Amino acid sequence: MFVPLLVLRNAFRHKLRTTLTIVGIVVAIVAFGMLRTIIDAWYAGANASSSARLVTRSSVSLVFPLPLNYAQKIRQVDGVANVAWANWFGGIYVNERNFFAQFAIRAPEYLEMYPEFVLSDDERHAFLMDRTGAIAGRKLAQKYGWKVGDQIPLRGTIYPGTWTFNLRGIYDGAEEGTDTSTFFFHFDFLNESIKKHLGGRGDQAGLFIEQLRRPEDAAAVSQAIDTMFHNSLAETLTETEKAFQLGFVAMSEAILLAIQAVSFVVIVIIMAVMANTMAMTARERYAEYATMKALGFSNGFVALLIFAESLGIALFGGLLGVALTFPAAEAFAKTVGSILPAFKVSPQTMAMQMGAALVIGVVAAAIPAWRASRVRIVEGLRAIA
Amino acid sequence: MIVEVAAAGVAVDRSGVDPPLVAIRNLSKYYIRGDQVIPVLVDIDLDVNAGDFVALMGPSGSGKSTLLNLIAGIDKPSSGEISIAGVDITQLSDADLALWRSTNVGFIFQFYNLMPVLTAYANVELPLQLTSLGRRERRERVETALALVGLTDRATHRPNELSGGQQQRVAIARALITDPTLIVADEPTGDLDRATAEEILGLLERLNRELGKTIVMVTHDPKAAEKAHRLIHLEKGVLVH
Ligand SMILES: Nc1ncnc2c1ncn2[C@@H]1O[C@H](COP(=O)(O)OP(=O)(O)O)[C@@H](O)[C@H]1O
Ligand SMILES: [Mg+2]
Repeated sequence: MFVPLLVLRNAFRHKLRTTLTIVGIVVAIVAFGMLRTIIDAWYAGANASSSARLVTRSSVSLVFPLPLNYAQKIRQVDGVANVAWANWFGGIYVNERNFFAQFAIRAPEYLEMYPEFVLSDDERHAFLMDRTGAIAGRKLAQKYGWKVGDQIPLRGTIYPGTWTFNLRGIYDGAEEGTDTSTFFFHFDFLNESIKKHLGGRGDQAGLFIEQLRRPEDAAAVSQAIDTMFHNSLAETLTETEKAFQLGFVAMSEAILLAIQAVSFVVIVIIMAVMANTMAMTARERYAEYATMKALGFSNGFVALLIFAESLGIALFGGLLGVALTFPAAEAFAKTVGSILPAFKVSPQTMAMQMGAALVIGVVAAAIPAWRASRVRIVEGLRAIA
Repeated sequence: MIVEVAAAGVAVDRSGVDPPLVAIRNLSKYYIRGDQVIPVLVDIDLDVNAGDFVALMGPSGSGKSTLLNLIAGIDKPSSGEISIAGVDITQLSDADLALWRSTNVGFIFQFYNLMPVLTAYANVELPLQLTSLGRRERRERVETALALVGLTDRATHRPNELSGGQQQRVAIARALITDPTLIVADEPTGDLDRATAEEILGLLERLNRELGKTIVMVTHDPKAAEKAHRLIHLEKGVLVH
């Protein structure tokens, strides 16, 4: 009881100093947690993706479409259970700031292959029956206040004109991590419109998605598909959905690295600030430490007092920081929800935050504790006079 | 035969007188600064008997505090022996010396050196944290010590809520609490006014007379020295009797 009491009282001797230190740690830990969560969210798409699905795209670049008739050929490949296809639409809803993903999909197969998008039977039926129908994820619908039956106009950027869709359903995620901020409509509608009104070349898909019979066959099936189109006009590149998603992430690898670096810099800065505070605190108490040593307390005991105080402050700040990360993340998710769909503070992030707080506490105390334990009693006592 | 008689004679001689509690032999302390040697204590020989009240006097810088610190085991000599109750403390390791201090020495400082965050009660109890005494025994001891210095009603006060004299009385209670062999006091009245100093000196006198405590006190106040049984003068690191 004596040591905790002494440590606690010591910690709050300079209330303002300690409070400011704690505030600094809280801010650093929240910032650290937010930055880690941004990184997590970036990878979340890849992590949530199924290993039982493959994605086939042009081997040249994602922007080159593939002939639609590839679908039949791919379906013939051993190990492929189902095939769907999709196009990125890239439309603008009301104004440019409203960014969210929109895909034209081969709906019947696509919905079968993505059981994580949960839609009631009625809504699914209504969507499948309406050529200009569309479905939206719960999060997206909530953000714009959409209800089933609403008309959603999208201004095309790749495909000119204003496209109006009937919202036929709102899907939920089967799991917490499922992204529910995407907008889907019928590929056939897009395809027919291209052929009819835009005079462009129809019957082309941005990518094909294959459902595997067995996830273990991913490599063999990918190779079989790509070999089939080898030396054709549109060669393909097939990879697991996860690898495909990670490919997107890789494009922003440099940004992620920068965010990662900043998250650690934040911790290093607060560590330096706190080390300085602890050094100042310990120096002020040299005479007290010397007195305790004169009374028979060991050098180690004096070091323990400093470590305990530093750790107490850092871990308290850490806990407070972790707790405040949740409302901060929620507020952040509200503003950028559709860009980083799975913006959730993970247990690993919380563990890293507490780990960072622990390291801050230990590092900040190290030198002051070492010095205070080494200071000679007579020198320390002289500090009082 | 002759050897035996001589040996027996010595033994008989010794049994007549108690050995001194503190026996200092050839004690020197110097600091080295660059290629300069600064002598602080030179070849000190000194005995202090159990139950004595000794005042160590001398001009500022004569080495009084240094000698007291060496006797109290918080500083190391350059050479010589300091034997206290039969233990040559110059031979103890730092850890053993700390343990020895915790049971053998009670400290009284000029500026009291109380822990500012602890109450008077907790300050007095502080040295007992190093013992394995039970809660009840601790309480009894702390209460007795506080009563002895007349501060029972100030037990819950922090040092900054106490006057200088009261703080020094808390320090005296703290010095007593482990029932040490020896009490060392470095200018215990140096920061107090005349009347308060008298109070503190009276208290020290009582500790010596009623509790039989051996006290070595550094002072340059002749009034304080009057209370002691024995005066020792230091002059530039040398004892002058
Ligand atoms: N660390 C040190 N280095 C050099 N000289 C010191 C050191 N500590 C004390 N001294 C010197 O030792 C002498 C005795 O000091 P001290 O015992 O404090 O004297 P007193 O208590 O009699 O005033 C002084 O001259 C002082 O300057
Ligand atoms: Mg002195």
